[in-house]
Amino acid sequence: MEVGTGKVHRIAGPVVQATGLKSHMYDLVLVGEEGLMSEIIGIAGDKHIIQVYEDTAGVKPGEPVKETGAPLVAQLGPGILTSIYDGIQRSLPQLVEASGNFISRGLFVDGIDHKKKWEFTPVVKKGDKVEPGQTIGTVQEQLLIKHKIMMPPDKRGTIKEIKSGNFTVEETICVLEDGTELPMIQYWPVRRARPSRIKQAPTIPLRTGQRVIDGFFSLAKGGTAAIPGGFGTGKTVMQQTLSKWSDVDIVVYVGCGERGNEMADLLHEFPELVDPRTDRPLMERSIVYANTSNMPVAAREASIYTGITTAEYYRDMGYDVMMTADSTSRWAEAMRELSSRLEEMPGEEGYPAYLGARLADFYERSGRVTTLEGTEGSISIVGAVSPPGGDFTEPVTQNTLRITKVFWALDSKLTQRRHFPSINWLDSYSLYDLALEPWFSENVSPDWNKNKRRAMEILQENAELEEIVMLVGSDALPEDQQLTLEVARMIINFWLAQSAFHPVDTFCPYKKQFDLLEAILAFRDQAFGALARGVPTDVILGTPSKDALAKVRLLEDYEPELKKVLAQMESEFKTMS
Amino acid sequence: MTKEYKTINEIKGPLLFVEKTEPVGYNELVEIRTEKGEMKRGQVLDTSNEIVVVQVFEGTGGLGKESSVKFTGDVIKMPLSPDIVGRVLSGSGQPKDGGPPIVPDVEREIAGAAINPAAREKPRAFIQTGISTIDGTNTLVRGQKLPIFSGAGLPHNDVALQIARQAKALGEAESFAVVFCAMGITNEEAQNFMADFERTGALERAVIFLNLADDPAVERLLTPRLGLTTAEYLAFDLDMHVLVIYTDMTNYCEAMRQMGAAREEVPGRRGYPGYMYTDLAIQYERAGIITGKKGSITQFPILTMPGDDITHPIPDLSGYITEGQLIISRELHRKGIYPPIDIRPSLSRLMNSGIGAGHTREDHRAVSDQLYAYYAEGCDLRGLVAIVGKEALSERDRLVLEFADAFEQKFVNQGRDEDRSIFDTLDIGWNLLQALPETMLTRIDDHLIKKYHPRYRKKE
Repeated sequence: MEVGTGKVHRIAGPVVQATGLKSHMYDLVLVGEEGLMSEIIGIAGDKHIIQVYEDTAGVKPGEPVKETGAPLVAQLGPGILTSIYDGIQRSLPQLVEASGNFISRGLFVDGIDHKKKWEFTPVVKKGDKVEPGQTIGTVQEQLLIKHKIMMPPDKRGTIKEIKSGNFTVEETICVLEDGTELPMIQYWPVRRARPSRIKQAPTIPLRTGQRVIDGFFSLAKGGTAAIPGGFGTGKTVMQQTLSKWSDVDIVVYVGCGERGNEMADLLHEFPELVDPRTDRPLMERSIVYANTSNMPVAAREASIYTGITTAEYYRDMGYDVMMTADSTSRWAEAMRELSSRLEEMPGEEGYPAYLGARLADFYERSGRVTTLEGTEGSISIVGAVSPPGGDFTEPVTQNTLRITKVFWALDSKLTQRRHFPSINWLDSYSLYDLALEPWFSENVSPDWNKNKRRAMEILQENAELEEIVMLVGSDALPEDQQLTLEVARMIINFWLAQSAFHPVDTFCPYKKQFDLLEAILAFRDQAFGALARGVPTDVILGTPSKDALAKVRLLEDYEPELKKVLAQMESEFKTMS
Repeated sequence: MTKEYKTINEIKGPLLFVEKTEPVGYNELVEIRTEKGEMKRGQVLDTSNEIVVVQVFEGTGGLGKESSVKFTGDVIKMPLSPDIVGRVLSGSGQPKDGGPPIVPDVEREIAGAAINPAAREKPRAFIQTGISTIDGTNTLVRGQKLPIFSGAGLPHNDVALQIARQAKALGEAESFAVVFCAMGITNEEAQNFMADFERTGALERAVIFLNLADDPAVERLLTPRLGLTTAEYLAFDLDMHVLVIYTDMTNYCEAMRQMGAAREEVPGRRGYPGYMYTDLAIQYERAGIITGKKGSITQFPILTMPGDDITHPIPDLSGYITEGQLIISRELHRKGIYPPIDIRPSLSRLMNSGIGAGHTREDHRAVSDQLYAYYAEGCDLRGLVAIVGKEALSERDRLVLEFADAFEQKFVNQGRDEDRSIFDTLDIGWNLLQALPETMLTRIDDHLIKKYHPRYRKKE
């Protein structure tokens, strides 16, 4: 397409109208003398409606609008990992170099370094037929992450020439018979999903090391989860903990409309964090998008798409990727704000009528797939929603729940009691439950699913009993119910509660999760046995081993101590009368 | 060369619609002269070849079709110099203390560019406010924005003043300034603030912006921007630690709603504009610390929740941006407890980075969690006691209930001039926990109990 220039007609906040353009929908244009990055979001008569990713103060009618002839694309190639971007894939540290501590306007920086040389090792040779998405060579991007250089998803052919050695991402490393020259870098329009061959069923759990999640409400690899929660429910800490501990290869963190200080915290913390599996900095396998709440709203809208596009790129290499979007409500609000500036007819609560469709489009880009090349990769999405006033009936939460399969209901009452993670065990659910059961009984313990159901039943009963206790007090309950209350309290305090700040407790392997729950259930069985023998409840509840059990989870090498406690428990119950 | 136009087509509320102009920039500063020669200032909200919409800060009273409009070709700027400290200015930045106009060293755009997240330093320096419910359980750190959510008739102003008076970093003397922005508060409230600033000598290191209840509402939209631009200058040019107090954010948001209605925008929740979140974020996010700079900006916005409703859009959206909140409780206030901060819904999100060994004391987190847990449980039990009476409680529950009462009297309650050190605060906490058997202290590691529990400490 011919690249032309138009003129600004009207400016109202981040929305600009221009005349004399030929660009298509979602094409990138540069607005004004300063060349502010913008996107075409509507065409009306002879006017193009443009959303500007930067502040428009000072832009006048009549200033030029330059076309680029292409939509907003992400730059994909070696060098993405460890990067910190804003919503339109501009490197924030490079922006600091370019414009100082405050972000000024009209700056363009590449998503990846175009000057750095990478050592390219080919895996195909002259004369080979190559298919879309096929690996033609590799680059050691980080010590432990091999970056596959793949054929673009829309290219096939026969290799005429393939190079080996050190190249920048722009230099040609491969020539096809038809004359196509391929560099390492690929450009992909962020609003379009990258293709894969088959989407697979979610049958493998994503290990997070969080007892309440792995044990009760597990997420499958390639699954989607929503964390709703009013403010102050520990949502952000939760998401950061997940990024740290989940067993995925790549973490994409999109801070969408969140706090600057929190992002600063994340940006300082990530490089210091050591990956528990590899002893390498976690940052080496992370990509962070930080578009804080005070940065331009249109870039916030784009950040989710830019994030998922980079996630898809690494999935295509056969990696397991986790994307956390914090928060999709802020994203929806950006849509609402832009929609209202466009004077579109509002839907529910002022959100645009296409809110549900956009959310679905985004979450559908998750999944465990067979890539074009035939390897297996996955993207799991954890999206935070921040319902206003903690009201789950609002449109963003409702539309999200219709799509996501796991719901971790963060509860501010639990936060107030300093119970973390503050996931409410009665309201949360995971629709992957049944699909994952075979994996757990095969790989952790045949009793895993049974124990889980037993614990859930106890907690259910506990909730009913607590209502009665609220009315009559616990002393008025029959003895067996008092015991149930105590066992539920143990499950809640010794097992569900987990400190993200305790060096050991922050991560709990499957085996330990199982052993701890098994120990609590063992206590329950022996306690009810004793009760049947006629032992009074206050004697049962006074067993010292019960309190000893509370501290086992804080030990790294917990097994000897647990064995000791269990033995002690058994002897205490035996001698009880 | 800037021209004057007499082409006002329409005046509606605070808005002017001007026709047939040369190209005018978005957000440009506008000077308007009434027929009588009175000067007003405004800002461009919408510009196109056909019509330019201007919002007038001082109100459109006195304007007519014959008034002339001048577009300055520049956005609004705040004149700044070190002499600004100690001054009292109006809500739109004009001297209000009878002093001379500010001779600027620099002029800064008041819109304020976003701090690059990669240039931000993680806030971690503990600020001691001398108030136990803040220091002990909702610790403030430098660079944080921690709003006070209050209701009509509660002593939030006293709390804010006490913080302004007592706030200090442990063991350092550094240059320190207060920027105070009043938005739509009554003359009486303003006088109280001023009297306290004078009594304590704080005025000498303060910059005060006063937009009172009878000043134009549109001017309120400028006030925090002027205040924060000043704060950024003091913090990042003059290396000062700046505490920004603004009251009352509710009035600011009302002004925003008023403007939105005048512009016939599609309203969002309860009639507030859809961009309120972004607008509030732009103000609140101007708190923080920048890598390599000595100064910092800490914000204390005060907002009164209409009808004590925390789900109202103003506190709700604020809560999503700020790093926690302090909630002033009507119930505690009625009990005669000062400061009536209810710690249960209160939260400081940056607490963890500012406490513990090296900042305050190693037992801080554990003690705070334990206090929280039993105070929350005790408050829940009060509901039960109301139904079944104290006698029906178990021994454990009775202890927890008594703990909650003692907690309010000894820990929460303190004098308006009482400046407790963090160590005093923690020790008060320990003394309260002493009333509970040691096995109940499940949130505290054994070695901390051995080291700090009064029972063991007496033996030393």
